[in-house]
Amino acid sequence: MALLEARGLIKIYGKLTALNGADLTVADNEFHGLIGPNGSGKSTLMKCVAGAEIPTTGTVTFGGRDITQASPAERARAGMSLKFQITSVLPALTLYDNILLALQAQTSLPSLVFSRTRGVLHDRAMAMLEQFRLVDRAADPASALSHGQQQWLEIAMALAPEPRLLLLDEPTGGMSLEERRVTGELLQPIKKRCSLVIVEHDLDFIRDICDRLTVLDQGSVLDCGSVQHIQSSAKVQEVYLRRA
Amino acid sequence: MEIVVLAIGALLPLVLQDYLTVYATRVLILCLFALSFDLVWGYAGIMSFGQAVFFGTAGYGVALIARDLGVTSILIVLPAGLLIGLAFALVLGGFLLLGRHPSSVIFVSLGTLTGSYAADRVARGWYYLGGQNGIPSIPPMSLGSYDIVEGPVYYYLALGILLLVYLLCRFLVRSQFGLALAGLRENEQRIAFFGYQVQRLKAIIFSFAGAIAGLAGSLYAFHEGFVWPNMLGVVMSTQVVLYVLFGGSGTLIGAVIGTVAIEAVSFWLSNSYQDIWPIILGVLLLLVILFRPAGLISLVLGERERVGRFGRPPGERD
Repeated sequence: MALLEARGLIKIYGKLTALNGADLTVADNEFHGLIGPNGSGKSTLMKCVAGAEIPTTGTVTFGGRDITQASPAERARAGMSLKFQITSVLPALTLYDNILLALQAQTSLPSLVFSRTRGVLHDRAMAMLEQFRLVDRAADPASALSHGQQQWLEIAMALAPEPRLLLLDEPTGGMSLEERRVTGELLQPIKKRCSLVIVEHDLDFIRDICDRLTVLDQGSVLDCGSVQHIQSSAKVQEVYLRRA
Repeated sequence: MEIVVLAIGALLPLVLQDYLTVYATRVLILCLFALSFDLVWGYAGIMSFGQAVFFGTAGYGVALIARDLGVTSILIVLPAGLLIGLAFALVLGGFLLLGRHPSSVIFVSLGTLTGSYAADRVARGWYYLGGQNGIPSIPPMSLGSYDIVEGPVYYYLALGILLLVYLLCRFLVRSQFGLALAGLRENEQRIAFFGYQVQRLKAIIFSFAGAIAGLAGSLYAFHEGFVWPNMLGVVMSTQVVLYVLFGGSGTLIGAVIGTVAIEAVSFWLSNSYQDIWPIILGVLLLLVILFRPAGLISLVLGERERVGRFGRPPGERD
């Protein structure tokens, strides 16, 4: 059974149909890329999966459970985690506190009040910072980081609660070539731990890390399959050439 | 800073004349009220523009208990005031904050403001509550056969309660729950995607702050000996916003300093410049808010200290 299944998603904003019957299937431990021209509906599909938007029609199931109407918090508690397109770390807090905030999200209220899990979560917070090469900056406010480092911090925050599915919306946006390369390196090890859905414009980056791709055009799925299949797809070539 | 303020507070009645001790007691109770607003606005980012509704309803509640039931025991009336504040905050918070989607700042600020205005109008129009004149001649609070009247005893009672509540709030905002509140204030949408139940968190802190405001309101009612509609209304609600803005929100001690500063300056100005003191005070408030938007506390505490830290990365000490 697939971990995530989105079926027949339609999302209409006023007169604009952003999604027009899109499907998405992601298996356990699969890295799945969403690609397509600007305005093709990638981010809207991601938002419908994450709960930032509720689809006009269609269903989203996660781990066999229908979560179409579930709130973002309910989806997070079910094991889904999102990194936003626009960096949204908490700038006034230290890097350590940003990670701790993500880690403690599912701690009960009494435990939060009496700080019962602070000691237990400390090692995990430091391990996340170490993994994302930010451990030396642990006590700095997040606002002091470069844009690329803020993106890494946000990926670390999304990964910290050990989700079953990680959703990354343009994780390399605004990064230098070197930062993109490092981001790819940082993402590879998580394959053993969770599935990934990634929206990205950098086709080289997405080809290097993904197992399967879904290509969207005008709110519908144009094609779906392995990276090799998509690279040789005439339909996909045509759309990209047409837009170029 | 906190210890300096506490030391000054503890020694004050020894050097003040009696009438000034009474005035200082009133200021301490208002500090308690300001703490409640700082918790909701400074820490959780909830703009409660009607905080006086909890302060005033508790004041009216204990006044009615004393007048109609003849109960003035401190062991009953202060917990009753706290529970009244809590109950009203639960009802208003449930309505304003517990929708399916997080409420906007505008919705909450206008909703609380409307609640405060409505409570003021109800009190003015309801004969049972004394109408415009409020409820006068509330008998003094008592402990056994001892009446706790205004003066040094009431001062130390208010100081003790303020200290206890301050320490409780300090414990709370420095806990992991405090980190969740910081997340709420900084970016509530982001933390919802981590799995935090944002609306519930807001309702909890809003109700807790309502209980503190209720406690302050009941202390205030017995100290003044009467309650009146202004205690519930927009003027009182605005006053507490100014206390916290003036001192510096999100620090607890800033709320205390802001309340003391505004009340002390008002007292001095009203004696020295009887005709124009509100104008001078208004200009002073504007100057501080314009040039020190983080409040007076920013003169002595840097931004990092004001934001605080919740974890302890290696090599760093709190």
